[in-house]
Amino acid sequence: MNGDMSKLSTENSSNQNPRITWEGYSVLLDINDGDRLVFARLLDKSIAKIGNKKCSLRPLIGCPFGSIFQVEIRPEGAIYDNREEKGDAQVKDEVKDNRNIVDSNCAQNLSGEDIDEMKRSDFVYLQGATGVQIIEALIANSSTFEKKTSFSQEKFKLRKQKKYAPKVLVRRPFARRFLRVDVLSLLLSLANVSTSSDIIVVDMVGGIPTGAVAERLGGTGHVCNAYFGTTPCSIDIVRMFNFDDKICRSNKSKLLENKENALDSVCQLNGGKIFSHTGFDSTHDSLLAPEVQMIQEEVIPSACSVVTGENLALSADGGPGPVPISMDEFDASPTIKACKSLKFCLVIAAPELDTWSTVQELFPLLSFSAPFAIYHQYLQVSFQILVVVKYSFSRSPG
Amino acid sequence: MYESDLCRTVTMLAIDPSKKLSFQRLISNGDLVIVYERHNSMKAIKVCDGSELQNRFGVFKHSDWIGKPFGSKVLSNKGGFVYLLAPTPELWTLVLSHRTQILYIADISFVVMYLEIVPGCVVLESGTGSGSLTTSLARAVAPCGHVYTFDFHEQRAAAAKEDFEKTGVSSMITVGVRDIQGQGFPEEFCGMADSVFLDLPQPWLTMPSAAKMLKQDAVLCSFSPCIEQVQRSCETLKKDFTDIRTFEVLLRTYEVKEGSLDCGNINKGDSPQSLPCKRKQSSSRSSNGTNKSSATTVMAKPCSEAKGHTGYLTFARLKCL
Repeated sequence: MNGDMSKLSTENSSNQNPRITWEGYSVLLDINDGDRLVFARLLDKSIAKIGNKKCSLRPLIGCPFGSIFQVEIRPEGAIYDNREEKGDAQVKDEVKDNRNIVDSNCAQNLSGEDIDEMKRSDFVYLQGATGVQIIEALIANSSTFEKKTSFSQEKFKLRKQKKYAPKVLVRRPFARRFLRVDVLSLLLSLANVSTSSDIIVVDMVGGIPTGAVAERLGGTGHVCNAYFGTTPCSIDIVRMFNFDDKICRSNKSKLLENKENALDSVCQLNGGKIFSHTGFDSTHDSLLAPEVQMIQEEVIPSACSVVTGENLALSADGGPGPVPISMDEFDASPTIKACKSLKFCLVIAAPELDTWSTVQELFPLLSFSAPFAIYHQYLQVSFQILVVVKYSFSRSPG
Repeated sequence: MYESDLCRTVTMLAIDPSKKLSFQRLISNGDLVIVYERHNSMKAIKVCDGSELQNRFGVFKHSDWIGKPFGSKVLSNKGGFVYLLAPTPELWTLVLSHRTQILYIADISFVVMYLEIVPGCVVLESGTGSGSLTTSLARAVAPCGHVYTFDFHEQRAAAAKEDFEKTGVSSMITVGVRDIQGQGFPEEFCGMADSVFLDLPQPWLTMPSAAKMLKQDAVLCSFSPCIEQVQRSCETLKKDFTDIRTFEVLLRTYEVKEGSLDCGNINKGDSPQSLPCKRKQSSSRSSNGTNKSSATTVMAKPCSEAKGHTGYLTFARLKCL
């Protein structure tokens, strides 16, 4: 084949699919191979608690995703060091067994005080004993270690490593990581989420489906997060998708021109009528998902709130942040105009709602032959929905 | 039947946003529609003014379809009906002609999610087979990404290419004839791929090449029906990859219906073996005071013919250097 390299637009792809972290990026810290997963925002002053040590996250800024770090125990507070992951040992035929091992809690000759002393050790003040050195010392001082099977030795090393030299893997947050992944993947496929699609999402699971849909749209089309009543459901998790990361740092005029913004058109829709706003504050430096800020502009019941590239404009102090805009400005925005004229496909992940009446209310907004996907964690409810939907369709005139 | 000069009007993907479904497009001459008879009986038809569809429900004139909204119920000369649906990759998977065993929606949706495919990605795939997964990959990378798919069987590669033209996804897909297992992926893709998908009999032979193609921290997926293949693949993956996980996706289908459960007459003396059950009190709101002795309820049971094992999906992430 003659490689059609014009299709390989790596620059385009890297905006959506970055390989290196940067300051302000939200990453997922995978501690000790999935034992603990923690979201963290990479700012100069950010810290995270790993094991029982507070660690600065500064070394993580600018590192490639997939990098592994190890916590070092130092007197002045743990910092990171980038370590190579050792390859797995070859599987050997085992000749040992545990018939002579007695578990009397006497095997380890090092005491807790000995270990603390190693950590504090003055003669290597600048380094302290590293976690790896402590583990090696524990092995050397164990009278039963050599007698153990290789499988058992590995288990011992792993336990000690998790305690004294916890490993941290820097992961890029992606929709696959939360809500059971097969459920989420089916919702996206069945609702035919793709470029230029327009999707309504009734999301009562924290924002994962909303974010996942926005991720798949990649800056085209619209995703409308619908809620009923006067208070929108939290969709905080959307922040963790790192949409708009570059956008937040650019100025207002660039925001209005930029069309590559994956969060360009996330609206919150209630009854499809009138709107209020939601803005995302990207300067919040807490490690947890910052609160979604509500800016109420002449709130009218049955409201829709919108996050667009336009909303993420500069606030008064020059940092990116939500900015109230007038209703006229709001109604005139291209996104709202577009939403009002569109018809949608539908995703529902709303465990606490009466699903059928939800569907009925949103039905007039769906396009011809629109696929819709409904998730419910209880089988019985899902069956009931199916029966009602089948019954309603069989009676429709077509 | 398809005419040789294709009018690419409705495409499965709205690469041209003006043609997307949300604008309530009506069926036009040349559009691809999915004719729905039953949930397990559908076919893809290109609408052609003057043509007819004949099935057990009667004769349907294509000209009757033109100008109607997608999703419409249309009638035959005998009063029977079918639905005309807009094509989607899911429906396409159910109607395409099988030249090989295909992947179905449960596996496809899982693969697209776990490979972390978003618009703009570059995906390498081998083998193409019948193009079932390829179509969904194209949807996920559109409008600015691309899928490069390879099959060593020339006729099947050509048939897949034809299908992609029919469904309007061919601008997102390049089909190559190449023995990936024997030769690896072409050098020109080194370091370019966001994801690689393998559906090969001996995928471990291709893993070193796949590792060269992938960007750092990118994801590979290998689909194999047999656990021995999985075992060998995982051994080979350890060299260049990390985070190796294998899944099996099992789809359980249920038969769901609404029916009535007869409570029976608990006062019958001559059937002592019958189980006691509560008699439902009819509420004062029920009409005309008839005392119902049965209640409708939704009942479900797993289908005995449900699809079972298709294959194991092994995912792995390229090690960070």
